Amino acid sequence: MIKIFIGGVGHKVLGLLAEAGGLWQLARASLKRLLVGPFHSDPVRIRSTIFLMVKAGYDSLPLAALIALLTGMIMALQSAQQLTEVGAIGLMPNLVAASIIRELAPLLTAIIVAGRYGSAVAAELGTMKVSQEIDALTVMGLDTISFLVVPRILALIISLPCLVLFADFVGISGGLIIAVGVLNLGANGYMQSTFDTLGMEDLAMGLVKAFVFAVIIALVSCQQGLKTRGGAEQVGQATTISVVHSIVLIIAADLFVTAIFYLKG
Amino acid sequence: MAESRPQIEARGLVKTYGEHRILDGLNLSVNRGETLVILGASGSGKSTLLRSLIGLGRPDDGSVLVQGIDIFSTDRLSLKALRCRMGVAFQGGALFGSMTLAENIDLPLSEFTGLPASTRRIITQIKLGMVGLEDAMDLLPSQISGGMRKRAALARALALDPEILFFDEPSAGLDPVTAAGLDLLILQLKKVFHVTLVVVTHELTSAFSIADRLALMHEGRFLIIGSPADVQKSKDPIVRRFLDRLPEDKRKTSDFYQRFIEEEGDAQSIPEVDNES
Repeated sequence: MIKIFIGGVGHKVLGLLAEAGGLWQLARASLKRLLVGPFHSDPVRIRSTIFLMVKAGYDSLPLAALIALLTGMIMALQSAQQLTEVGAIGLMPNLVAASIIRELAPLLTAIIVAGRYGSAVAAELGTMKVSQEIDALTVMGLDTISFLVVPRILALIISLPCLVLFADFVGISGGLIIAVGVLNLGANGYMQSTFDTLGMEDLAMGLVKAFVFAVIIALVSCQQGLKTRGGAEQVGQATTISVVHSIVLIIAADLFVTAIFYLKG
Repeated sequence: MAESRPQIEARGLVKTYGEHRILDGLNLSVNRGETLVILGASGSGKSTLLRSLIGLGRPDDGSVLVQGIDIFSTDRLSLKALRCRMGVAFQGGALFGSMTLAENIDLPLSEFTGLPASTRRIITQIKLGMVGLEDAMDLLPSQISGGMRKRAALARALALDPEILFFDEPSAGLDPVTAAGLDLLILQLKKVFHVTLVVVTHELTSAFSIADRLALMHEGRFLIIGSPADVQKSKDPIVRRFLDRLPEDKRKTSDFYQRFIEEEGDAQSIPEVDNES
């Protein structure tokens, strides 16, 4: 029984290490194509990248905005309740803005994008793999990583930070709506308090997180799509795994980036 | 008709999955302008061989030379140039589902020729016209039939005027009339473009109608390689069984089971009982 348990754990660990190794290889190959490719008649595919930016960023705007608005409102109500008890309601705008910009906007927007765009990428590449479209690209002499992976990574690296900035704005606006409409605070005072407390470091932390999360989502979804074998069922599995792995890695990376900024002071 | 210099040479190809030897030291050579048809039952190793010949599946041992270039050890740029001289039509078409037929054919042209869009559009029309699909240019692969998809795949494979064309199961899943039409198309293309053709199929009628030479695979080896007449005359029992469409005897002798008892001594290790290689 113990043997089976240890064997099972070992099997899982080896599987995770293999996944990590695969991600690392894909990241290295993509970076190499991005930096060296243009000098070897393998340019970055700008049109494809712009098309994918629209899919990853613009198409996710309404959902990201809605979630950010609601989160800002919830944060305002939650913090107002706690801060009123200690007589520090004046700190509410600072708390809402810091939470949104440093943590909630990047995290929630990344989770939305992992669900919308990451799953779509895994499904698309998985379907291409099982229907031999990837093989067709290879025998044509087209490099799969340059043609499919690099534009998907670039598109997300550009569009996710933009989405996060937008979510920051909407999230703070959500807090403002509650402050003015429910808590009867002044709009000018709220905004002044927000801008006074926020520094470049807060914005930088949010954007660094957005960049890291973008890399994670793009790499995981491409890797899961490209390693799909079999048929429709496996495409579904790849899609699910890409979302689950992305979310777990996003949260782990969130802790890592937050810790670095904390230690940096 | 066929020149002596081989366009494709496979030397000692070995590929194993687990303990099963899919390719068992295969040697093959295809001459310029020749049509070689690789025949074999399902699971005989012909698809694995094709993947090795087109550089998609690296064999465990042996080498593949296409126009004298070792496809698995040459540098990236040489391989890219070589691939532009090769065309592959996959069994299911492998057309890009998000692109129209015209865009599918335009892709290799836009990537490798540097021609202006208007010229590429004309070439695309010509290529689709060659396979009788000039009216379906702006349709998506999901909007056309299986036979049309195969023809469109052929048009895409011909986009860069390849010197060597690989065709995986051209007649599979098609009705007899469409299959015969596709065979006729392959013969016409061969006549017009003098391409070297390697066709993988298990359809006898199609194989005999298009082949200059036939190679019959069984359990990872060639049982016979020769002209259609030579193959037709073969007295090899496995060749005859394939050509005469006789069912395989799937009954096992007691020796078959005894082997597992002696070798493994464990019922769980018995592989799937299936006579098909």
